[in-house]
Parts: sequence; C-alpha cells; structure tokens
Amino acid sequence: MTSIILLSVFGILNLFLGFLRSNKVLLPGAMLLLLAVFGANYADWNVAHAPYFNHMLVVDNYTVAFTGIVLLTTILLLPFSRSYVTSGEPNLAEYYALLLFSLVGAIMMIGYDHLLMLFVGIEILSISMYVLAGSNKRDSRSNEAALKYFLMGAFATGILLFGIALLYGATGTFSLSQLGAAVAAPANASLQPMLYIGILMMIIGIGFKVSAAPFHFWTPDVYEGTPTFFTAFMSTVVKTAGFAAFLKLLAVALPAAQGFWMPTIQAMCALTLLLGNVGAAAQTNTKRMLAYSSVSHAGYLLIGLVASKGILTGDAASGIFFYSLAYSIATVAAFGVLKLVAEHRQEDRYSGLNGLGKTNPLLAFVMTVAMLSLAGIPLTGGFFGKFFLLAAAVGQGYIGLVVFAVIMSMVGLYYYLRPIIAMYMQPAPEGATPVPVDGIQTVTLVVLALLTILLGIAPGFMSGIL
Amino acid sequence: MLTAVLLFLPLAAALLLLVVKGAAARALAFGASLLEFVIAAYVAFDFTRHGSAAYNLDYRWIASAGINFHIGLDGLSLLMVLLTTFLVPLILLSAFKRDYDNPSTFYALVLFMQTGLLGVFVSLDAFLFYFFWEVALIPIYLLAGAWGGERRIAVTLKFFLYTVVGSLLMLAGFVYLYLQTGPAAGSLAQHSSELTAFYNLKLSASEQSWLFWLIFAAFAVKMPIFPFHTWQPDTYTEAPAPATMLLSGIMLKMGIYGTMRWLLPVVPLGVSQWQKPVIILSVIGIIYGAIIAIRQRDVKRLIAYSSLSHVGLMAAGVFSLTQIGLQGAVVQMLAHGVNVVGMFFIADAIERRTGTRFIPDLGGLTRRTPILSVCFLIMLLSTVALPLTGGFVGEFLLLAGVYQYNAWVGAVAGLTIIFSAVYLLRMFQRVMLGPDSAFSETITDLTGGELLVLVPLIALVFWIGLFPNTFLHISEPAVANILALVGR
Repeated sequence: MTSIILLSVFGILNLFLGFLRSNKVLLPGAMLLLLAVFGANYADWNVAHAPYFNHMLVVDNYTVAFTGIVLLTTILLLPFSRSYVTSGEPNLAEYYALLLFSLVGAIMMIGYDHLLMLFVGIEILSISMYVLAGSNKRDSRSNEAALKYFLMGAFATGILLFGIALLYGATGTFSLSQLGAAVAAPANASLQPMLYIGILMMIIGIGFKVSAAPFHFWTPDVYEGTPTFFTAFMSTVVKTAGFAAFLKLLAVALPAAQGFWMPTIQAMCALTLLLGNVGAAAQTNTKRMLAYSSVSHAGYLLIGLVASKGILTGDAASGIFFYSLAYSIATVAAFGVLKLVAEHRQEDRYSGLNGLGKTNPLLAFVMTVAMLSLAGIPLTGGFFGKFFLLAAAVGQGYIGLVVFAVIMSMVGLYYYLRPIIAMYMQPAPEGATPVPVDGIQTVTLVVLALLTILLGIAPGFMSGIL
Repeated sequence: MLTAVLLFLPLAAALLLLVVKGAAARALAFGASLLEFVIAAYVAFDFTRHGSAAYNLDYRWIASAGINFHIGLDGLSLLMVLLTTFLVPLILLSAFKRDYDNPSTFYALVLFMQTGLLGVFVSLDAFLFYFFWEVALIPIYLLAGAWGGERRIAVTLKFFLYTVVGSLLMLAGFVYLYLQTGPAAGSLAQHSSELTAFYNLKLSASEQSWLFWLIFAAFAVKMPIFPFHTWQPDTYTEAPAPATMLLSGIMLKMGIYGTMRWLLPVVPLGVSQWQKPVIILSVIGIIYGAIIAIRQRDVKRLIAYSSLSHVGLMAAGVFSLTQIGLQGAVVQMLAHGVNVVGMFFIADAIERRTGTRFIPDLGGLTRRTPILSVCFLIMLLSTVALPLTGGFVGEFLLLAGVYQYNAWVGAVAGLTIIFSAVYLLRMFQRVMLGPDSAFSETITDLTGGELLVLVPLIALVFWIGLFPNTFLHISEPAVANILALVGR
C-alpha cells in the first residue's frame, strides 16, 4: 500500500517539477524514489496486512513478490532512458510521471482482490502505455504503434469489462474470494453459460495484455514502433503484472471452473509457443525478434498457469515468479544493449550488432548473457526459470505440453544465437566506433548480467518462496 | 575441499584474465593450469593412499527443489580429472604459438571450459552434472565460432544445435527420473536428483527402454556415435587447433564417461535391451570413419575421421559390459586423449610452417625436420596401437572386451587397427616422405617451446604403454562398482 501511495504522490509531484526539464535531476530522483519504494515494498514481506478498502486490495507475500519484480525491473531500466528522454525535451517530466502511474496500475493488477480493482489497474497501466508508445511523436512508426496499441487495447479492455459484467451477472459478486465460492456452488444452474462466456472473455482480455496467442498479433508492430526504452517496459512490467493478475484470477476466483479454462489455457499455451518461436525464427530485426520472443515467453508462463491447477502457492506459482524475474532481467539487459547500439549505429537488424564483441566487449557480454538466459541455457537464470516451470508441469502430469515446450525451446536456440553470432563472429562494419556508454549505464549493465548469472548459479534464494 | 579448489581455480583464473592483458595473461593462464595439474597430481597421490572420502562435498544447492551441490571422486573420475588437468596446460602452450586476436579472452575461455569439464567429471547430482555439461559447451562454441576458419559460423551453429538438442533430451530423461524419486505427488522439494537416488529407483523395463535413448542422446552426440556424428568432422576442421584439441582430447570423453556413470547403472534394463544395436552402430562407426579417413586430403579432417573411428571402438568396449572392456575404455580414453592432442598439435605445427594442411601440397618434409618426424611417428604409431604405446593397451583391452561379447563383432571391430595403419601411414608417407614439395627445403624443425608440449605427451604415451597398471589399478574398483550396479 505504501508503494502505491508513494508512487502516486511522486508521480503528481513530478508533473509540477516539469519546469526543470533536466534529466540530471529527474533521473536520479526517480531512481532514488523507486529504490525507496522497493524498500517499503520489501518491508511488507511476511507481514500480515488486513485487506484495504473493503477487500478491494490485499498486500500479501504474493503481492510483495511480484511488485518487487516490477519495481526492480523499472529501476534497472531507468538508466537507459538517457539520450532518449533527453534533457530539454519539453515533456520530459510527463514521461516520468506516466511511468510512475503505470507502475501504480501494475501494482493494483497484482494486489487486486476485487474485479473492479483489476479493471482500474489494467486501465491505469494501459493508458499510460498508449501514450508512452507514441512518445516519439515526430516518428511516424511510433505514432502508428501508439494508434495500433490503443485501438486494439481499448477493444480488449472492452471485452474484459464485458467478461467482468457477465461474471457479476452469473454470481452476483466482484470479490475474488466470494467468486470462488459462488463458482464452486452455483446458486442458479441456468446462469452457467453466462459464467463460462464471462470467463472466456476475461481470458481473452488478459491474454491480449500479456500477448498470448491468438491475441498477440499486435505485439511485433507495436514493439517495433515504440521507442525501445518503453518497449522494454512493456515486455517486462506489463507482462509480469498481467501474469500475476491472470494467475490470481484463475487460482482464487475460478479454481472450481478448472474443467472449463484448463483446456482453453492449454490450447493457448501450445499456440503461443508455436507462433512465438516460429515467428521469432523468421525475423531479421533484433527488436522484432525480441517481440516474438516475448510472445514465446508468454507461452512458457502459460505452462505455469496450467501446472498451478488453480493454486496460488507452491511449485507452479513460485516457478512463475522465478521465471518472470529471470525473464524481466534478461529482457531489460537485451533491450538496454540493443537501444544503445541501435541509437549509435542507426540499425536495429542483426547486422547492426556485427563486431560488437570487438568494439564494446562489455555490451556484447551482457547481450550474450541475456540471450543465453532467454534461451534457457544453464549458468543463467532463464535455465532455472524454465526448469522450475517445466518440472512443476511434469509433476502434474502434463508431459505432452512439456515435450512441446522443449521442442519449441530448441527452435528458440536458433534465433537467440543469431545476435551472439553477429557480435562475435562477424566483423565490425568499416569505421565502426565504440558505442558510448555512460557510467551509470555501465554499472546497470554489469548488475543485470551478474543478477542473471546469480539466478543461474544460486537460484535457491529466489526459488520456492511462494 | 580440494575438489572444490580443483573445480573453481580455473574459473577464478578465467575471471582474472578478463582484466589481465598482454604477456601477463599468458603467464597467468599457464601458471593457473599448471598449479591445477599439481593439485590434481597431489589429489591422485593422496587418493591412492587414503581413498576418496576426503574429496566428497555435499551442500544443499536449491532447497526448494531437492537439488544438491554434490561432488566427489572415484577412480574413474580421478583419471578423467588427471587427463583434463594434464592436457589443458599443454593446450594453452600450443595456443601461445599462434597470434590469436584478443588472446587473453581466448585463454579465459579455455580455462572456463576446464571448469565445465572438471565439473562433469566430479558431479554426483544429476542437475549439477547437466549444469556443468552445458557450461563446458558455451566456451568451446565461442572459441570455435569466433576464432575458427572460414566456414565457422554455419559449422559451429550446427555443432551447438546438435549438442544442445542432445543434452535437452538427456535433461528430459533426468527430470523424469527425478520426479520418480520421493513420494509420488510430492512437491519438488521432496524429490532428489542424487546419483544414488537414481541408482535406487525401481523402473520397469519399458520405462528404461525409452529413458535409455533420452539420456544416451546427449552422450551419443558428444562422442559422437554413428549416425550422430555429422557435426564432428566439420567442427574439428574449422575450429582453431587448441579448440580442436579440447573437443577431441577431453570433451569427447565426457560422452564415454557419462555413459559409464549416468547411463549404464541408471537404466541397466534399458542397456541390456539396446546393447546390441548400440554395439552395431559403434562398429559401423569404426569402419565408416576409417574408410572415409583413407580418402581425406586435409590432415586435420583425416585425424577427425580417425578419431570418429577410435571412439566407436571405445563405445563398443563400454557396451560390451565386461570388466576388461570398460577398463580398456578407461585406458583408451587417456591414451586417445594424449594421442589425438599430439596429432592435432603436429598438424598445427606443420600448418604454421607451410600455411597449408592439404596433403597433396605437402611432401618430403622429413629431411629438414628429423625431430618433428620422430615425434609425429611416435604419436601416429600410438594411434595405430603399436605395442609399447598407450594406444595398444587401450585397444587391446577394448577388443578383448568386445570379443568376449561376441567373437564376430570383435573380429570386425579389430579391423580398426589395420585400417588406421593404412590411412595414418599413408598420410605420413605423403606428408613427411614422398617426393619433395615447395616446403621441403624451407621448413624448420620443432622449436624448444614446441617440444615442451610434445615431450610430456610422448612420455605419457610410453608410460601408459609400459605401465598401464598405474591407471588400471586406480579405476578398477570404480569399474567393478559400475558393473555390479549394471548386473543387479
């Protein structure tokens, strides 16, 4: 709760600080604040709080854990805002404010205990993201991305809201725990179809937000057009919050309707893995590859939802947490490096990374670690993320799905190796100069790589915590 | 504790090499690898007197999934550790001979790989084993991919995908076994991935039948066994010489070692079902590799196919499931490691002098290079398995093991000795003897630095050949233990 208040207050304050227009003040300020919020959030670990606002919002370990991921991701991402969100930009303060507001939305999505709270959270997050997607307003691709994202997103939110309404109609409640009881023991059997249509619509709405197939089609275009800094935010914070909300919905409100949603989620999962991986393998543009890769990772996380079998704790939930953490860190690292290199070399295809191992060994190393982690190779957090999720799924008997996921991750190896090949095995372009990286970015990149490796060699401290 | 030192010393040196540059990098890399060998030699000495208990380390690694950091030594792993620590300093010395771009990174990757290799040989927990198995792959992929020849990108990509797909299948097998341990519907924390827990599983014959192929996939690709070998000749040829030595001298042994420790005793019923097909594949590999080697015109490629042929015999010996066959495989792993590193080193020495490895371009080199010729001949004869050399002991025991399994198979496998004499001596004749070539007058003999690499190798060739009991004695209890588990 403290985190929501702090973020909101500082977000509003930021709007007033707009006259400063100086990244020298705003960036360190935002990082310090986020660190404070991270600390406040951590203080809530293992502390029992009564639910807030008549059971609208709960702060339990689940909330704290996933909030921790989104805060950490944002802190580690901020240093890469430089040069994009440049000093002198007239709307600088607004970007920071929107970023902070969208975090508030994300935390509401994670901590909701009431479907309206979920809806409000999703809207706060999404509207901020629509604006940020178009923040490079002189670039037509950015405009296109914002428009696409907004139209599709508004449509999806509409469907989600319709689903909530139908659920309310069938059960007479918005509260998650009451929904759980009402779904388990329906008062009126004739309302069952309404309930199922409602569940389906909610799955579609959230599936869109986390870019799960077949509702992922917007992802590549929007990711490509959006300024890289906000793409990274989109593919980490939005996805993590979306999956936290998804799991909570299925595990608290709908465990009794498992027979209905389980096949749906399984089908979505297989489709997402297939389209994400095959789509990524066909790309020649690093940013688009990362967009499809983010779709494929939604697929792996969906396996966690399947394996959770409607339980909010235990192996599958912990697996989703660990996976989201490892994925977010690796993705921030990948986008961070890509942004620095692409801005310097004006090229975001694979060939833009050529010879980076020679010109910028550190950037190339961090990118390699990130790619290996996303591919799920040992020594990186991504390996244990996949391991925990897949082992939990096998433990629940979903062998077919896991075999398919493993085959798809073999496809994944192919495209994650391509940046590595470009960086180390292709010569640098004629007259290539080292990409400029400032001090705080260097530190952040090192931290990102070390965190990924730490999660890969000593995952014990973050595994099995839920 | 010393096991952990052995394991992490190369890693620490590799990390230091990221900051140390220039001449100091060479000294650091070589010094660390030499220190590593001294420690390993001490461990071997201590092991033979006091046993292995002191080298067992067991920590909780991931409590929430029942995974332990469990490492330890028995005779088999000790010999592999000795081989690795013996070869790595020599491989580094050979790397000093060439001017590689960014040399300190090159050495760092070699040392990083050493940690992965040693980890594979000492792990006693399935996931730790898998972990190190993949850790060994990343540096060799980068070494071969970044410093290799012209076709390196496509070739190493194929190598990487082949091996990773193989090891993912192995991982799938391990996960299945792991979920069989502990209570049936327990959480991950109640399962165990200990080697001994796997040994104690009671699995049906049909489960073992498919588990066999899941686990064997990784080992078959790594060795490689026919028909999983197609990555091997290209990768050996395109990789820079030190990487080829790592691949053929040590990494190949991961496959044999893995089979002995993680396949035979874990799924014994599966092994007995598939024993015959695997032996037949191995024997096909022996003949196939040899016949193709005869036709090769590139020295490195010829040695690559020769290695394919020899590893087939090792696999056949292991799958004969006889004491003598397994012991032969152990000795041959050592002998082959020494031989093949020596052969690749000499091939590289010739290439550095003449700028080519193309056999028809070479010839008549021996007049100006008496020392090189002698060294080459010794390595070559050991590969052909001439008595008194290490290769003889290994191949003799292996053939005896295969013969015990089936006399006909033994007879066909025995052709390897004749074939290898044909293609290796023909190569020697055309490269070193024969009509003069453009290089006959200008080529220089081996330098002192190069002898520093070859003399220890040659010494070991004769040591294994004359006193094989030193090594057989160390591995005997371990091998007997494995066979007892297979026969249960």
